[in-house]
Amino acid sequence: MNAITPPPSVPAETALDTAPSIDSRFTVPGIRCAGCIGKIERGLGLVPGVASARVNLSAKRVAVSHAETLDAETLIEELRKLGFEAERAADNPLARDDVETKRLIRALAVAGFGMMNIMLFSVSVWSGTDAVTRGMFHWISALIGIPVVVYSGRPFFASAWMALKYRRTNMDVPISIGVILATGMSLYETLAGGEHAYFDGAVMLLFFLLAGRTLDAMMRGRARSGIAALLGRMGRGAQVIGEDGTARYVEADKLRPGMTMLVAAGEALAADGEVVEGRTTIDTAMLTGESAPRPAVTGDLVHAGTINLGNPVRVRVTAAAQDTAIADIARLMDEAGQSRSRYVRVADRAARLYAPAVHTLAFLSFCSWLIAGASVYKALTIATAVLIITCPCALGLAVPAAQVVAAGALMRRGLLIKDGSALERLAEADEVLLDKTGTLTLGEPRPVTLAMLGPRSRAIALGLAQASRHPLSRGLAHALRGEGVEPAAVELVREATGSGMIGRCDGAEVALLRPEVETDTLAVDLLVDGTRTRITFADSLRPDVTETLAALKAQGLIAAIASGDRVEAVGGVARKLGLFATAAMRPADKLALLERRAALGHKVLMVGDGLNDGPALAGAHVSLAPGGASDVSQQAADGVFVGERLMPVATAVKVARATMRVVRQNFAMAVGYNVLAVPLAILGHVTPLVAALAMSGSSLLVVGNSLRLARAAGKEAQ
Amino acid sequence: MTILGFMIPLSLAMGLCALGTFFWTMRSGQYEDMDGAANRILIDEDAP
Repeated sequence: MNAITPPPSVPAETALDTAPSIDSRFTVPGIRCAGCIGKIERGLGLVPGVASARVNLSAKRVAVSHAETLDAETLIEELRKLGFEAERAADNPLARDDVETKRLIRALAVAGFGMMNIMLFSVSVWSGTDAVTRGMFHWISALIGIPVVVYSGRPFFASAWMALKYRRTNMDVPISIGVILATGMSLYETLAGGEHAYFDGAVMLLFFLLAGRTLDAMMRGRARSGIAALLGRMGRGAQVIGEDGTARYVEADKLRPGMTMLVAAGEALAADGEVVEGRTTIDTAMLTGESAPRPAVTGDLVHAGTINLGNPVRVRVTAAAQDTAIADIARLMDEAGQSRSRYVRVADRAARLYAPAVHTLAFLSFCSWLIAGASVYKALTIATAVLIITCPCALGLAVPAAQVVAAGALMRRGLLIKDGSALERLAEADEVLLDKTGTLTLGEPRPVTLAMLGPRSRAIALGLAQASRHPLSRGLAHALRGEGVEPAAVELVREATGSGMIGRCDGAEVALLRPEVETDTLAVDLLVDGTRTRITFADSLRPDVTETLAALKAQGLIAAIASGDRVEAVGGVARKLGLFATAAMRPADKLALLERRAALGHKVLMVGDGLNDGPALAGAHVSLAPGGASDVSQQAADGVFVGERLMPVATAVKVARATMRVVRQNFAMAVGYNVLAVPLAILGHVTPLVAALAMSGSSLLVVGNSLRLARAAGKEAQ
Repeated sequence: MTILGFMIPLSLAMGLCALGTFFWTMRSGQYEDMDGAANRILIDEDAP
């Protein structure tokens, strides 16, 4: 892009350069190597309207900066042509949580710096320096230690202050008291030229605790912003036709039942309504998770948030604003999500028992020593040592270290877990409720009769199919690419609306057409050299459904189907898999079913994809959604699995249980260390050296134990 | 022992330098895509 005078023949490009560009993000699980990065960045760069594309290999994301005229669907299609399955990612995944994590990392870095430098001086002091050098070293340690404690301790002080303000206590209260007391005592020692300063202990404590906090923050996913996203999908307004036939624009919240909206092709509906004129196809994927567009003719009900794909239609509003089906679901999700926020995480449950015990212990040792006749100074030193020793260094690492390792291992297996509490709840699940379409099945029509096509027909079929965005074409193209078919050079491809794709290959006309007679299954006819071949489609089950269900059963989870689909459709699948099923359920029914199970004491794992599963996903004890699910479902679920396999669900439960086992071991180790060290501290035998050794020793033990999970999880999924 | 008067400030300065560098790398987004950076070196810029 040098400063060559732009040739006059490319006005389109200059126009695009000046057009405002927007950024879109896509999740592309298939990015694996340098080749993929190059292919995607170069390939997308060639698409007119794309200003730049940048791949993030670690996050398996592509950020594309493009002109407004290009929509996300087109870009996903371009990525598919490059050979990558892509899904749209939320607009800004790096919001508030990221800032929080970065602040913790900075505090951790400062604490690490302080710890290492103070430790250098402490080692010299412990190995026996004379009083003058020791005094100097203590002073230098104080100079480093106090600013470090002030800076790195802020997250703990702030949280402890909040807790105390509301007259509660949490893990941060003993930590803060311990750190402040230790720093204060050490400063006094330094001023008095004493023997023991605990600056290293205080800073080291902060370092290990911050490490635990940082790991935890890294795990935490985005906050549940699903509901805002949901209503954002609704059309913002509509052209309303007045009595006199003139159209004017009305905002969505000012629409009233009885008004007639003119909905153009490609527009999202702003209210629920009934088609009064015209026939079209409606994309209801956002509401039901079904990928096949649904035809809508006069008299059919259409819902807000769905997208008109075909022709312009007139729709008479039946429900608007807060009364629409989509607003209803949003409300249900909001209510359902609240029950989960009451869940108390393992670490917090431990802290509830632990924090008061620590306070009492430190206070009691202070009193006992006073009564035994020691000076206030001596008693305070010992109480400080007790606080430092009991401060939950290893306890603070016990949970996050295990969960981060497990989540990392699961991510490599194609399952993203949003936060640590999801893993804890996953481990407790004893029942699985599965949606049918898109969860047990792929949610996309796939050809089932490919075997009868010859190599030439296959190549031509792919050449035709890849030029269309119709779900059947996409399913066909996906299946053919999966078998390694190279597309034939089909020329003059055009899409004849309502009938199919037509083109020319080697001088002869070829086509993918809708069957002339109506069939009860989805099908297309491939026309090559004058012969018609019928390709039938089905929404097939995920390839490993049976194995997954067996694996879940082996772990003691009882599976059942809860679907919004028709009884006949669900019954077939249920019989085939031998599962108990409930069909024709509305979102509220699913939620009610979950509540009934919860009332019986069951902890249900919900797996679903459609927006109609949204409330159930938000209300279940724990939930997972496939990567193809609607944005809202992915937001509401605790985890998302990508790819065609269902096995990640079983793997997730297995790994979550292994994680909880390791967490319990970690707790046992941390508590065991306290049981050994606390008597020493109470008796006054803990010097700064002993504290440092005990702290780092137990922390390393806990982290090492957690790392075993990576190997266990790896073995699990193979 | 006078050497300490020189060595201690030096070691602290080096430590601070490292800390400052870490903050800078974090701010300039060098940890956003660790695997990508390792792989990008393999991309042949001249390839079509």
